[in-house]
Amino acid sequence: MEIGKNRRRVDAWAKVTGTAKYTADLYPANCLTAKVIRSTIANGRVVSMDVREALKVPGVVKIVTCFDVPDIQFPTPGHPWSVEKSHQDIADRKLLNERVRVYGDDIGAVIAEDELAAEKAARLVRVTYETYEPLLSVEAAMAPEASRIHEEKPGNIVASSGFKIGEGDFDRLKEDGGLIYVSGTYTTQSVQHCHLEVPVSFAYMEAGRIVVVTSTQIPHIVRRVISQALGMDMGKIRVIKPYVGGGFGNKQDVLYEPLNAFLATLVGGRPVKIELSREETLGCTRVRHAITFKLEGLADKEGNLIARRFTGYSNQGGYASHAHAIMANAANIFKQLYQDKGVLESKSYTVYTNIPTGGAMRGYGIPQGDFGTEAFIEDMAWAVGMDPLEFRLKNCMKAGYKDPHLGIACYSYGLKDCMEKGRAYIHWDEKREAYAHQTGPVRRGVGMAIFCYKTGVHPISLETASCRMILNQDGSMQLQMGAAEIGQGADTVFTQMAAESTGISAEKIHIQTFQDTDVSPFDTGAYASRQTYVSGKAIRKTGLLFKSKILAYASEKLHIPGDGMDIRDDAVVDKESGDILLTLGALAEEAFYSLDHSVHITAEATSHCKDNTFATGACFVELEVDIPVGKIKIRDIINVHDSGRLINPKLAEAQVHGGMSMGLGYALGEKLIIDDQGRPRNADLLDYKMPTAMDTPDLHAAFVEIADETGPYGNKALGEPPAIPVAPAVRNALLHATGIHFNALPLDPQTLVERFMKEGLIETEGTAYV
Amino acid sequence: MLKIIHMNVNGKEVELAVDIRESLADTLRDRLGLTSVKKGCGVGECGACTVLVDGTSVDSCIYLTVWAEGKRVLTVEGLRSGDGGLTPIQQAFIDEAAVQCGFCTPGLIMTAVELSGTGKTYTRDELRRLISGHLCRCTGYENILNAFEKIFGKNPKT
Ligand code: FES
Ligand code: FES
Repeated sequence: MEIGKNRRRVDAWAKVTGTAKYTADLYPANCLTAKVIRSTIANGRVVSMDVREALKVPGVVKIVTCFDVPDIQFPTPGHPWSVEKSHQDIADRKLLNERVRVYGDDIGAVIAEDELAAEKAARLVRVTYETYEPLLSVEAAMAPEASRIHEEKPGNIVASSGFKIGEGDFDRLKEDGGLIYVSGTYTTQSVQHCHLEVPVSFAYMEAGRIVVVTSTQIPHIVRRVISQALGMDMGKIRVIKPYVGGGFGNKQDVLYEPLNAFLATLVGGRPVKIELSREETLGCTRVRHAITFKLEGLADKEGNLIARRFTGYSNQGGYASHAHAIMANAANIFKQLYQDKGVLESKSYTVYTNIPTGGAMRGYGIPQGDFGTEAFIEDMAWAVGMDPLEFRLKNCMKAGYKDPHLGIACYSYGLKDCMEKGRAYIHWDEKREAYAHQTGPVRRGVGMAIFCYKTGVHPISLETASCRMILNQDGSMQLQMGAAEIGQGADTVFTQMAAESTGISAEKIHIQTFQDTDVSPFDTGAYASRQTYVSGKAIRKTGLLFKSKILAYASEKLHIPGDGMDIRDDAVVDKESGDILLTLGALAEEAFYSLDHSVHITAEATSHCKDNTFATGACFVELEVDIPVGKIKIRDIINVHDSGRLINPKLAEAQVHGGMSMGLGYALGEKLIIDDQGRPRNADLLDYKMPTAMDTPDLHAAFVEIADETGPYGNKALGEPPAIPVAPAVRNALLHATGIHFNALPLDPQTLVERFMKEGLIETEGTAYV
Repeated sequence: MLKIIHMNVNGKEVELAVDIRESLADTLRDRLGLTSVKKGCGVGECGACTVLVDGTSVDSCIYLTVWAEGKRVLTVEGLRSGDGGLTPIQQAFIDEAAVQCGFCTPGLIMTAVELSGTGKTYTRDELRRLISGHLCRCTGYENILNAFEKIFGKNPKT
């Protein structure tokens, strides 16, 4: 049995020996370097670019400006293409943009023999602008006098949506009285993915075709977008994805591959590379959207949730990227995680501004939505005077829940078990009691948050995945997937799944980790938490087909009916007795070289997945806050996940650790700071505070393992969920410790101290410790 | 301006003409093909480019190649034994699932090699401090610390 086994990663050896090749390790020897020329304003228009001085720099080959690119606008998000026009992604940028919408916008590019020449020349280009006031907030961008960031979108609203569930009217219920009313505004900040490998690609031409090698989560989508951006046939484009040093959603966007491909065409097809600096990565790629939630709720004295109203404003930044899909997702968790006895009213807006563009980042709107939801639910429990865990148990999503709009359901359900497991681990009841009435400068608290997360993107978008299995002469298998390994461990679990479904041992399955659109079957790639679920179904389907083809050949050779045989441990065996009839090595040799019947046994299948299911879980935190210095110390933390059956528990745990650490960064310190001109002020890893080993406590992961009937091997989402519930759990523990409702992330020392002073928790002139 | 320098890289004497502005990371990667040396920032923030110079770990992206004149440089490629076997720390990284995307891995392994040179053991908190110059976005450091503890820990987890 391969499923449930702690198999070591199939790529671990290559990675610990430094032999794993990432994009930058593969630059051709004669590769040119391109540097993007970036705008030094956040909102305006390029009037002219004078490149004469820049062209004099020795080593400069070519300079392209925003006036030289094709007049084609294209979309960038890693979504499957929609054949319905109304569902297509927003095409709102060109390869280089004359209309500047973000600080550091792509307005030109220098191609040079080396990096230094390219950089020097980029600095010498003289640009004149027509400058407009930078619109940094949703309010500023929605104001009547605001400039129009994209001509196509008057009022700067990218999209809005709304819905109502239940009968009645929130305001009427509120006016009727007798219910406890709670309201609050909750805000999240822009944060960045900080994958250790920066976005990097190189492109060259080969016999009239363009080859792009790139660090991406979505090789097949990159190919499609290059074709759209350049107006070029898709068949003439080949995209190769080597090992990837993390993506977390940033590389689920098509970043610089189209520009890179275009530049290669301008230098006779010579290889050109674009390797972003860390500063460009932080300031000029994508961020997680800053979202503001205005929330209202009504509960009765028994703690029943009666009605809620949700209004969300997502700060999109300069370009649409994934756009409103993220805000809509955030609104969905507010709806799905709790049900109101009366009514839920919901309205959401995504608004263009001039801050760095928001895109996908681990959790796709749900880390924001869960912060708003779970901070608010905590505040409702507080107002009702009920233990927040009990309040959650009473009102949260129940077994069998089905989303009324999307039809996604809990086909397996472990949410309450996760809560109980976390409760026991952290000693919830004892500690809630023990920390209830503290005084003094150092205080402790315990807090929690729950979440739910849909596994794939059906029915919002297409879910399709393909797999190919190829028999080798020695009876081993080549496994080709369109799905992408980006660090999460996909290739290892795919190998385990293929072993499970074919009877070929994992040691004899050789997975191709480099996706190559010339060879790899189609899959939309690494995003959502879809691959073990959606691509796993493709493996299962292909595995059955592959096995049946092998058994058919064995049947022909052995004159035994195929259904009387099976494949186990690399041999065709008698199904009943288990006796070995023929090893796969012998069978393969015969199949390849037989003078009677030679055949290369391969199998390939597509799984068009029309299922989706909810994964859930909870985070429990115990912390200590040093009030005078505003410093939070995490004393203990656990994430408990309901992710169905675990394919590889050890790797699942590792995945949870990484998400928790990202969640702690989100909670405690990470924030991309934007100044009043729209400039990122901390776009480097010294000033942008992602957690180091010293900032990270021991991380505990636990699971409630309930097989999900819709998963190919009983599994459901795990990739993104661990990052989701941590920030609200920390915030709620801080509320328990101090009695103060912090409604904005991050909970950094500056924020805490200012608030503690205001609330009289820090002794200033005229106040004392309470 | 070019300058001829001599250094011992992974046990082999090399003589190279390098641009005096060139970083050791670029020399190792671009001229010697030692691509285990990763660049995550290029300015000494992330630790991905860590190599040993005379047994001491340095961020090779901010270490000029000319400074390595007459010195011994070690990268992960230099740990390879004739039979392809792994060092204990490399094996521990595999066994403890301390590798995810792997981009931070070679640098961390070189810090481990530096520690193994001391012959000492360390507490988990000491190890936290010792690896804090390496950023990792994938693992939350948990399993990396487990791997380090297995080899250098005062009371390693079993
Ligand atoms: S690349 Fe050298 S420290 Fe980041
Ligand atoms: S494993 Fe990806 S950065 Fe450490």
